[in-house]
Amino acid sequence: MPYNIVVCVKQVPDTTDVKIDPETKTLVREGVPSIVNPFDTYALEEGIRIRERAGGKVTVLSMGPPQAVEALKECLAVGADEAVLLTDRAFAGSDTLATAYALSLAIKKLGTDVVLCGKQAWDGDTAQVGPGVAEELDVPHATYVRKMTLDGGSAIVERLVEGGYERVRVPLPALFTVVKEINEPRLPSLRGKIKAKSAKIPVWGPQDIGADTTRLGLGGSPTEVVRVFSPEVRKRGEVLDMPASEAARYLLSKLEGVIR
Amino acid sequence: MEPAYNEEQMMIRDLARRIAEEKVRPEAARLDEEEEFPYEILEVLKQSDLFAVPVPEQYGGLGMGVTETCIVVEELARACAGVAVTYAAGFLGSIPLVMFGSEEQKARYLPRIARGDLCAFALTEAEAGSDAAGIRTQATKDGDFYVLNGTKQWITNGGEAPIYTVVAVTDRSRGVRGASTFVVEKGMPGFTFGKKEKKMGIRSSATRELVFQDCRIPKENLLGREGHGYLITLKTLDRARPGVAAQAVGICENAVDLCVEYARTRRQSGQVISSFQAVQHLLADMATQTEAAKALLYQTTHYIDSGAQEYSKEAAMCKLFASDVAMKVTTDAVQVFGGYGYMRDYPVEKLMRDAKITQIYEGTNQIQRNVIGGALVKESARKGKRG
Repeated sequence: MPYNIVVCVKQVPDTTDVKIDPETKTLVREGVPSIVNPFDTYALEEGIRIRERAGGKVTVLSMGPPQAVEALKECLAVGADEAVLLTDRAFAGSDTLATAYALSLAIKKLGTDVVLCGKQAWDGDTAQVGPGVAEELDVPHATYVRKMTLDGGSAIVERLVEGGYERVRVPLPALFTVVKEINEPRLPSLRGKIKAKSAKIPVWGPQDIGADTTRLGLGGSPTEVVRVFSPEVRKRGEVLDMPASEAARYLLSKLEGVIR
Repeated sequence: MEPAYNEEQMMIRDLARRIAEEKVRPEAARLDEEEEFPYEILEVLKQSDLFAVPVPEQYGGLGMGVTETCIVVEELARACAGVAVTYAAGFLGSIPLVMFGSEEQKARYLPRIARGDLCAFALTEAEAGSDAAGIRTQATKDGDFYVLNGTKQWITNGGEAPIYTVVAVTDRSRGVRGASTFVVEKGMPGFTFGKKEKKMGIRSSATRELVFQDCRIPKENLLGREGHGYLITLKTLDRARPGVAAQAVGICENAVDLCVEYARTRRQSGQVISSFQAVQHLLADMATQTEAAKALLYQTTHYIDSGAQEYSKEAAMCKLFASDVAMKVTTDAVQVFGGYGYMRDYPVEKLMRDAKITQIYEGTNQIQRNVIGGALVKESARKGKRG
């Protein structure tokens, strides 16, 4: 049976070395190239595989600044059918709760059987938005999924848990967050990239999804960041990233310098 | 420096580079060591539509030119020239079909090629390489069939490709005008594969003998007309030679990158060797020559793609220059790495082995000089100038 699949993706800086603005305590995005959150690429791949097996449609959904449209185009190039971007000043500064609220309204509007998310974003690392969306939608969810099989109106999934995995049956519609063990994401195709380049991606604001604006943005976010800091940098030794024989020779020359 | 690529060309470069870095480079040393054909990588190239690049749109391709094809070859060659030549030789084998195939032949084969069915071009024989007129493989007309007999040698993609364009003699009395070109498919009765060659470089690519013993092929598989084989061969090689230059440029770029990185970390006499002027000058010459070869390559492909009718000289020039540069640059790369460069644990000796073939195949560089010299004389004579 065909499935209506929504994959939630986030555009993130292409680095794990995230810098934080000490004044606003938000992520510094300037000067850092953006990519699709790597964990979300596994969710997209799983969505495409479900469609290839059972039929249906894969829609990618993102909330972010207008330039997040590039992340959605990348998803279209890989094989998503459609994309929607939630962008508006009213969304800016949303914490995980407000983000989950906005995404859930968009998903309701799209209608869906299966919602897929990466296990977490690699900039924020909270892993809260996926389960938050499921709560707002009032549908069951399973996190850290490493394998999933759809069986008509339900899914049988294996969840990674400490020391092993658990297998659960989840009635659809439902939301799943996936881990990288689930599949190997494909690369985009040239045809996909050419098509994505000219794709018109719908942009939705709060009124398009019927959102209560008091639940959005900084004002709608109960999370308060009190202090953000980087751990103190400790002086570390010199790392010799070279073959052993060369490293040994180098070490010896260093030691000789000390002894003399 | 990059030529002024348009948006689609940048897309192709980015995608090919990503595949090269993520899928090809990590495998390059192992494929070389084990002389293993890169099946999994070719699968990725198929899925990514890169085989569709040079195939006309009406036959399921993307209808792009020699420039775009060379961008793919160059990017693949940065990671592994063996993988790059497998792709480039597929392009070479498809040219006779694209340029000289009938409507029916194109409709039958080009969609398969766009989807990733490999091609191979079979000209060389034991007694005929540079001397295309010396080929012995015979094609004898028999009713609705041609019967092929003979052996082709050193055929890139031999044994792996499902589609072959083969040059054979249909009328020995007519010399080069007695050669014809045929499409032969793997699995046709009487068509088998001989010796698999063990090579100095490009070891992940397949190079093999093709053996025809009373191989009956339908007469519909003749490309163009009887006697057009030599002309088709020349036109095919003209169009394919920039592909060899692209391999050479890719090899050079890899060599320069690896050398600069190595020189910045390798220490001798208490300092990194990149601080020595002798090393910097080597690097400077390597990089400059690479840029010059790349500029000539894409100048040539733009000329071809602009619709030029005659480009033998230009194609030969870019192949000649880029391959000679590749040999020089990779030899110097081994020098920069010193003793380590000579060891197979390090990546640069492979580049030197891979570079050598670019001076030899698709016409030795001596033949390229003949082509260029001949064209210069002919052009001058055409202008009516006296010698």
